[in-house]
Amino acid sequence: MPINYYIFLALALFTIGVIGVLTRRNAIIIFMCIELMLNAANLLLVAFSKLHTATSNIATAGSDAQIFVFFIMIVAAAEVSVGLAIIVMMYRNTHSVDVNFLNRLKN
Amino acid sequence: MNAIIITAVWGIVMMFGGVFFKQKSKPKYWAITGLILAIIANVCELIKQHPFIDVNIKDMLSFNSFNLTFITVVLLCTLLLFLLNGRDIEKVGNNVSEYFALIFFVLCGVTIVATFNTLLTLFLGIEILSIPLYILTGSDKRNLKSNEAALKYFLMGAFSTGILLMGIAFLYGGSAGTPSFYISNINIGEGKMPVMIAIGLVLLLIAMLFKVSAAPFHFWAPDVYDGAPTVFTSFMATIVKAAGFIAFIRLFEYSFGNAQQQWQMLIAVVTAATLLIGNLSAVFQQSVKRMLAYSSIAQAGFMLLAIFALNEFAKEGIILYTAAYSLATIGLFAILIKMNDYTIDGFNGLAKQQPLLAFTATVFLLSLTGIPLTAGFQAKLYMLIAAVKDGHQNWLVIFAVLCAAISAYYYFKVIQAIYFKENNSTVNQDWDVTPAFKILLVITATLIIVLGIFPTIITDWLHY
Repeated sequence: MPINYYIFLALALFTIGVIGVLTRRNAIIIFMCIELMLNAANLLLVAFSKLHTATSNIATAGSDAQIFVFFIMIVAAAEVSVGLAIIVMMYRNTHSVDVNFLNRLKN
Repeated sequence: MNAIIITAVWGIVMMFGGVFFKQKSKPKYWAITGLILAIIANVCELIKQHPFIDVNIKDMLSFNSFNLTFITVVLLCTLLLFLLNGRDIEKVGNNVSEYFALIFFVLCGVTIVATFNTLLTLFLGIEILSIPLYILTGSDKRNLKSNEAALKYFLMGAFSTGILLMGIAFLYGGSAGTPSFYISNINIGEGKMPVMIAIGLVLLLIAMLFKVSAAPFHFWAPDVYDGAPTVFTSFMATIVKAAGFIAFIRLFEYSFGNAQQQWQMLIAVVTAATLLIGNLSAVFQQSVKRMLAYSSIAQAGFMLLAIFALNEFAKEGIILYTAAYSLATIGLFAILIKMNDYTIDGFNGLAKQQPLLAFTATVFLLSLTGIPLTAGFQAKLYMLIAAVKDGHQNWLVIFAVLCAAISAYYYFKVIQAIYFKENNSTVNQDWDVTPAFKILLVITATLIIVLGIFPTIITDWLHY
């Protein structure tokens, strides 16, 4: 299967993520869209890793990208724990997770 | 390497120390001790060019005079922040030692970001630096503004991380030859870039611009800096921003340095936009805290000149700029915390009530403006020389000077309020101004003036 399919799939996921972040107003959904962006990068890294392994004659070529993916997963998990804590903290104070609510600082 | 190990270990020590410290004032002394240890270890490494412990890091981090000098400057500025604002950190909330622990983790991230040699360590460094900051921003849990700032910072930070990762993936996929994440390996030539490399470069550029709050990705910065507890704003606006620039300059020098002609115009436009937006927005602010937030965007515009030029002068200049800007801003925030009222009118008549505070605040403001004999002047001068030596976009230099002139307006408005306006009490009685605090402010102001006369005491270390 050509690499192009994977690139287009990853780009589509990434774009959906970006559009979601920019248009949605619910903090949790924005958060899910960010995770989608991270996973698009993961998918792309794994696809490129496979490509490099297939085209190179060195046995370990491309393995570093797969390790990178593990790091991304771990860091994303750490980020989720902090992010959800922040959203819960906000919900306790405002009883809403709507980011439109957050325009007090503007004035 | 020493600094990374000590800050990480000390962060854990502070975190668990929270169980044992009964008095609220204890963690501060522990934190200061740890930071002094880290500074000594780091200076030893700078002099000997060899860490205490040999760790096989597979060349994923590289330590040279430039990095180590930067780390020393950053650690010294943090020490100054701890000494000036230690008691203010205690007043943010109940979990004092956790705040210090988080600051140590941020410092660990700063050292990684300053020394990274692969895109993996760049990503990890940025995350280690950002995640504790999200918590610090929201540490004032009952305050809605702090909540809002934390959420905004978190969403924007995570968003830019997503863009960064996508850029890294494209660079990896597009790199010719043996693919790897080492920044020297990605090194692209002067010729026309392959499409995937170009996409990767633009995505990485956007992510880094997000991190250093340059226009057009600056919109989160004023809200976050305004909402966060003032002590942590002071930390975020200086040390973390400088770390972002070091990462930026390192990435662009080693990976994309040869293709400078192709992205230089892009950076020039971004620099001009950042300078203009930062300065013009700062003019209209009533709150000094918010004004300083916009001024930090404007100063980021000046620091972007280093990435635009990317020569020896730029590298010397960025360290000098870090020192000058951090010293002045930390000092100014330390005075701001003691005020009753954060608006410019709140500074009215400070000279009558606290002449020493008024004088040091004036020195800090003059340094931020870039008046000769202050460190800020030398820093701006280095940046402008770097841009002139580059010689491609001279309009940018003229534009930067004009923007520095605009900045004089809003900085001098505060000086005017301090000296030439009459008003009632300005300093909050709850925040006692101790003699030690005053002495530290005088030392900071002296440092700024000394650096303004002899900038080589920092820049010489680069060639050590």
